[in-house]
Amino acid sequence: MIVLRTPGDISLRLHPRALAVGLTCALLTLAVGVLALGSGDYPMSAADVLRTLAGDGTPAEEFIVHELRLPRLATAIAVGAALALAGAVFQTLVRNPLGSPDLLGFTQGAATGALVVVVVGGTSTMLSGAAAVSGFATGLLVYVIAWRRGVHGYRLVLAGIGVAAILTGINGWLLTRAPLMDAARAVLWLTGSLDGRGWIHALPVLIALALLGPVVLAGAGPALRLMEMGDDSANALGVPVERLRLALLGAAVLLVSLASAAAGPVNFVALTAPHLARRLTRAPGPNLLPSALLGALLLVVADEIAQRAVPGHQLPVGVVTGLIGGGYLIWLLAAERRAGRL
Amino acid sequence: MLSSPAPAIRTNSEPTLSVTHSPPSAAQAVSAHPTRRGRTATRASGLAAAVLLLAVVAVLSIAVGAKALPLADVWPALLDPGADEYTVVHQMRLPRTLLGLLAGAALGVAGAVMQALTRNPLADPGLLGINAGASAAVATGTALVGVAGLNGQIWFALIGAAAVTAAGYVVGGGRGATPARLALAGAALNATLYSYVSAIMLLDTASLERLRFWTVGSLASAELAIVGTMAPFIAAGLLLALAVARPLNALALGDDTARALGARPALIRAAVIAAVTLLCGAATAACGPIVFVGLLVPHLVRALTGPDLRWLLPYCAVLAPVLLLGADVLGRILSRPGELQVGMVTAVLGGPLFLWLVLRGRVGQP
Repeated sequence: MIVLRTPGDISLRLHPRALAVGLTCALLTLAVGVLALGSGDYPMSAADVLRTLAGDGTPAEEFIVHELRLPRLATAIAVGAALALAGAVFQTLVRNPLGSPDLLGFTQGAATGALVVVVVGGTSTMLSGAAAVSGFATGLLVYVIAWRRGVHGYRLVLAGIGVAAILTGINGWLLTRAPLMDAARAVLWLTGSLDGRGWIHALPVLIALALLGPVVLAGAGPALRLMEMGDDSANALGVPVERLRLALLGAAVLLVSLASAAAGPVNFVALTAPHLARRLTRAPGPNLLPSALLGALLLVVADEIAQRAVPGHQLPVGVVTGLIGGGYLIWLLAAERRAGRL
Repeated sequence: MLSSPAPAIRTNSEPTLSVTHSPPSAAQAVSAHPTRRGRTATRASGLAAAVLLLAVVAVLSIAVGAKALPLADVWPALLDPGADEYTVVHQMRLPRTLLGLLAGAALGVAGAVMQALTRNPLADPGLLGINAGASAAVATGTALVGVAGLNGQIWFALIGAAAVTAAGYVVGGGRGATPARLALAGAALNATLYSYVSAIMLLDTASLERLRFWTVGSLASAELAIVGTMAPFIAAGLLLALAVARPLNALALGDDTARALGARPALIRAAVIAAVTLLCGAATAACGPIVFVGLLVPHLVRALTGPDLRWLLPYCAVLAPVLLLGADVLGRILSRPGELQVGMVTAVLGGPLFLWLVLRGRVGQP
């Protein structure tokens, strides 16, 4: 660990390994991104892609890259980073390696809003909006239910599981109310998909990341590390635990809701990215930035696999993350159990 | 570094939540108690009252629906299979009621023995992903092999339930896991399995059309043939569960004490897992995944009977169908002339009760 100190009493601690992991993830994301921009029905070489990005492409190439493929890539990067960042915050807040928004009801809440729009009938913009609003509302509800002179990590977990189970029932019922074609569209949305995403989907998440990301990283990173030692210790060290938890929870839920609105509730990115980041960096603490970068990489790679795995048929990205994440999760449960930690 | 340096999560400190943790209560089952005869009489009459309640709900389940039947006509209708005006009873409501009885008993008893085995108040076939495992296996069968109808489904459901029961016990259950972690492991399994099921529904629209009604959990598709197919499985599961009630009581005292009392822990565990598999697999194959019945009924019943499984299990077998059929009747009343699927009603009714159970009192104070 390297500590940089400035005369103005500001110090910055750097883990060289974490830095290396973050940089590698960012570079890999860019590389896979260039590859993704070049692949499709109209294949382009990496050199062509870079030339087009620099502004020297033919009109056709300009259109394909800027209008069709770049928005999708941007959505993937933004959604992956937002989900992973939120997941890292959640896992630290509830002090449990399994405490991710997928398992705590927010995903189901977003799905309920989306399904209501599908059943009532509405545009896809309304669907995204409803998903974001109801995801956020579910987050608030879980927090209120778990509140008892402050919110403790695992009360949040249990409240989330209860709310998730109720919402799963409601979602299943809503799905039976919709006409079959709408139901198919709803299931596609519920799985999480990046098909046909434009700038209108990518921008809200990118803006939220740009605004909330630095706040969470700089403002809460050190405090989160203290909160991992327990509420009392953190309190004694001067962290306003309850206020910070509410603020962080709000930020994380907002990120998840916006990400769900953009791409649907993509499963397991929020769960796996922080774990993998922790394993790679071997650094203590929440590893917020490496998690976010790794999340972006995960989703970009998963989307590339989803588009190419079955020739002539595009799988939704959620199927790929679901399979990768599910496999990882089962391995994780077994490993944790063997190590006596679960 | 996966484990955050978290303080161990414990809900067991909550006295009313611990299931079979208190040795004295289980010891009561073994030792002669002064007022034992009086208590047995109370429990037996309570059981009789529960059976009566079940009969009332069953009659309601036959009478209530889009075409309402006067209560006085229920008995004549049951005796007269040929009459045209009673077709609805014999074609739809009687099979549905019987299915509700069987599935309810199965889920209630499965929940009770799982809570006893894992010593975990949050053990429920739905919450732990067993029903989801059965769903995933049935969805696989429906989409890949083209299985339709219960005869094929039930085998897939049993395999799926067995796999997840074993996995859930090994992975998340065990003996040392705290309730919150067990619930979380179950939620994780649930999320994985349901994302798999929705992936299948997505790739194959025909499966979606069939499975989307089944995955809510509904009694509406009941036929007498279905009831006949699943009855032997559930009967076997119930008998197995009742047979291990006494040794399972002993197991609550710990493995060593149980051995000293003549029980064989490994054998009991295997029997319980087999029973849970049979019960949950058959119930899920016929009605789809239903949550909370297996969680709530044992908790409510425990307040009446105490933790002695020899009484707890029969009570659960009688009162769980009351809840399931009651929820089904309620679903038919609430949105006449249509209906709400029973799985949705139990989720909406059971969810708040679950929250109340886990969040009340001092649970959550570290």
